[in-house]
Amino acid sequence: MDFIDAYSADNLTFLLNGFWLTLKMALIAIILSFILGGFVGTLRFAKIPVLSQILAMIVEIIRNLPLLLIIFFTFFALPEIGIKFKEVPAAIIALTIFEAAMISEIIRSGLTSIDKGQMEAARSSGLSYFQALWHIILPQALRRMVPPTVSQFISLLKDTSLAVVISVPELTHHAQIVYGQKSTYLVPILLFVALMYFVVNYTLSVLSRRLEVKRT
Amino acid sequence: MNFSILTNNMDMFLQGFKVTIIASVTALIASLLLGAFIAVLRIAPYKPLNRLGTTYVEFFRNIPLLIITLFVYLVFNFKGITAGTIALTIYTTAFIAEAIRAGILSIPEGQMEAARSSGLTYSQAMRIVILPQAIKVVIPPLGNQFINLVKNSSLVAVIAGGDLMYQADLISARTFRVMDTYILVAMFYLVLTIPLSLGVSYLEKRLAKSN
Repeated sequence: MDFIDAYSADNLTFLLNGFWLTLKMALIAIILSFILGGFVGTLRFAKIPVLSQILAMIVEIIRNLPLLLIIFFTFFALPEIGIKFKEVPAAIIALTIFEAAMISEIIRSGLTSIDKGQMEAARSSGLSYFQALWHIILPQALRRMVPPTVSQFISLLKDTSLAVVISVPELTHHAQIVYGQKSTYLVPILLFVALMYFVVNYTLSVLSRRLEVKRT
Repeated sequence: MNFSILTNNMDMFLQGFKVTIIASVTALIASLLLGAFIAVLRIAPYKPLNRLGTTYVEFFRNIPLLIITLFVYLVFNFKGITAGTIALTIYTTAFIAEAIRAGILSIPEGQMEAARSSGLTYSQAMRIVILPQAIKVVIPPLGNQFINLVKNSSLVAVIAGGDLMYQADLISARTFRVMDTYILVAMFYLVLTIPLSLGVSYLEKRLAKSN
């Protein structure tokens, strides 16, 4: 173990560079999966015949597969049918598909948790179904969705490390390059990387707990 | 879809399937035991123990499983499958400890007070009165953790653990049929995870009714 050499300015900048990409990927993926997941979750909640069932099946399949498989599939299998992505977009797409399935469930159960009377009252006051959903149900449900969404974001941030298998130059990949130089770097670098993920994720989970306490 | 890939490589698929199941079940049992222990640390009436339990849970919940896996594999030089199972256990323990703790805390305090005032010691009350009631609440989240465990066991492939994902890599490199191979592997995973997730939602519904 060689802590002083391992934590040289060059190495740390290199790791921070990787972490920057990790954060960017996670942020893009969470925004995209919130949009996609919101769409799917709402459609499932609206119980549109056939469509809702098909969506339910797709969501169940994606949720029950390993993310690693989805990443490999996006990057290695899709080119066989002519759909090619570079490493970073492939990772973001795979993460988005996987997390959108999770988030659609959060959104659906958030919507379901709002008392039925709210919808009935909104409808009988003359709003259309989607107006009632948008103006009455969604604003109330959103608040309940905050804590599970934050923990999903924490999972997402951890999951970005899997992009290393398709050589995306994010934090874990940069870590492998640094400890590849010298075996004595292994422990210090892995600890540093763990700490970086930890600091961001722990901050997020404390924030989400604060939000929860404030609300109740 | 070309099923000859399945029939020609059946032995590799089954070998990987076996390794995935063994790694998941072993890690589940180990992390149930460890998780129960950490959960008790977190609620025991003794501050330093609480802090120890909380530190474990907060640390391992907030770092990627892949980092833990690489650490165990590279630093301790275990075989891929051993290192993978240990890493899975370390990681899942944190989540299971939280599930068990939440289950115990969901039992009204009056239960513990009544048990204690009827002459039971703290650990007797825990074992005879609180835990049996908590188990009912804890089973659905534990089921979810097991599903996650099966999915997470795919990380063993990164350190050459010989699981389903790893075999998929070998088979696709040999047959050049990447999509067919991954679709087949996906089916093997779904055979494990879909029944589990149906079981969990059934139990959740029953629990909601009984409350």
